[in-house]
Amino acid sequence: MKRVVITGMGIYSTIGKNVEEVHNSLYNGISGIGIDLKRIDDGFRSPLTGIIQRPDLKGMLSRRMRIGLPEQGEYAYVATLEALKMAQIDEDFRLKNEIGILYGNDSSAVPVINAIDIVREKKDTMLVGSGSIFQSMNSSITMNLSVILKLRGINFTISGACASSSHAIGMGMILIQQGLQDIIICGGGQEVNAESMGSFDGLSAFSMQTDDPTKASRPFDRDRDGLVPSGGGATVIVESYDSAIKRGAPILAELIGYGFSSDGDHISVPNLDGPTRSLERALKYANIQPENIDYINAHATSTPVGDSNEAQVLYNIFGSNTHINSTKSMTGHEMWMGGASEIIYSILMMQNSFIAPTINFENPDKFSAKLNISNKRIEKNIDTFLSNSFGFGGTNSSLIIKKVK
Amino acid sequence: MTKADIIEKVNAFLIDEFEIEEDLISPDATFKDELGLESLDFVDIVVIIEREFGFKVKGEEIVNIRKLSDLYDYIEKQVNFIT
Repeated sequence: MKRVVITGMGIYSTIGKNVEEVHNSLYNGISGIGIDLKRIDDGFRSPLTGIIQRPDLKGMLSRRMRIGLPEQGEYAYVATLEALKMAQIDEDFRLKNEIGILYGNDSSAVPVINAIDIVREKKDTMLVGSGSIFQSMNSSITMNLSVILKLRGINFTISGACASSSHAIGMGMILIQQGLQDIIICGGGQEVNAESMGSFDGLSAFSMQTDDPTKASRPFDRDRDGLVPSGGGATVIVESYDSAIKRGAPILAELIGYGFSSDGDHISVPNLDGPTRSLERALKYANIQPENIDYINAHATSTPVGDSNEAQVLYNIFGSNTHINSTKSMTGHEMWMGGASEIIYSILMMQNSFIAPTINFENPDKFSAKLNISNKRIEKNIDTFLSNSFGFGGTNSSLIIKKVK
Repeated sequence: MTKADIIEKVNAFLIDEFEIEEDLISPDATFKDELGLESLDFVDIVVIIEREFGFKVKGEEIVNIRKLSDLYDYIEKQVNFIT
């Protein structure tokens, strides 16, 4: 099987609009969480959300290209441009070589709602406009970016709830290992708006700690009371080692393990068995032992049950020594984008030899007390890390990545 | 509404919303070859006509519109109830 590496990464998130800004936020433990007043008006239980500004793409993309892009597509586009630049892949290269795209996305609420509102009011479907259908579909990001970037390889979207983009990277890895593709743009996009989050808010899954929004997302902390929804776009360029060497591209890291599983249990409450099998499969895939993992980027979203179940699984497999954090303490839960963004966060930590703090981790509960989690930044060399992503329906994904020396 | 008003409004949305260069706009300019519009763009022209001129376009009514002057004439007939 071919070796698979990452040659570029780009991000547009609530803690920074590019890799450099995000690195700074991770290093200094800066939160991207705030209050959305619209959610108060709309009767949400929680107005907490990641705060993000939409990029202005006028002048960068033609009208035809812009009107098909939904909000999360804009984030994905900006992130992908940064990743392609880092990987030294320009349009000329894309025209001469077959490049694929596998992106995680699992909703596009606003264009769907807007279209239905227009049809109900006007009783004329043509008045919805021509961009709506391309914004509305789950595959919106891949269908748009493949056209904008003239991609001619594999092209589809993976919808696996909050593990979507982790699975996208895992599937990209397998395709490249098999020799079916040389380069695949992998990543995830997540819309940030009230419309897409109302039904989730209604499940009482979101934190209500509004006094200081930056303290609301508190993974593994005893006083956590729910997640904070967030989003943006994150892209990694997944490439065969041979192709990267041949091109003289920068090699940021090597993908060595992908684990997956399904709980086969409850639709929203994770169990212990599913994540355990995903982790064990990833370790077996990478052919390494738990003690070879220097750092784990936990899924840990700050929900009471999810974090305690993951803590038990991590303790059972890795014991008390392995460094663990949850970058969601700063970013909130980036959902469809989270698997890919957390790979980028972890690579940044690996490149710069630190483990970002789990901010707001003030008091452990009985399960997290057994784990090596810190609310302070730790300066530490990382050779190999693991990143977990779990989602509704019990879909689990674990990726293992190592430094290429 | 005068023909001049219609022409001004149509030209304005072609320049502002469709980002068509002003010097390309003339009554004889063809939508497809000279203004670079495609069939999807006509859906958005229908949306803008409803917003700017207050009537709904039926898809089959605009199939014969090839030049800008055809569009001016079509809108003029609709807004002034000339059949």
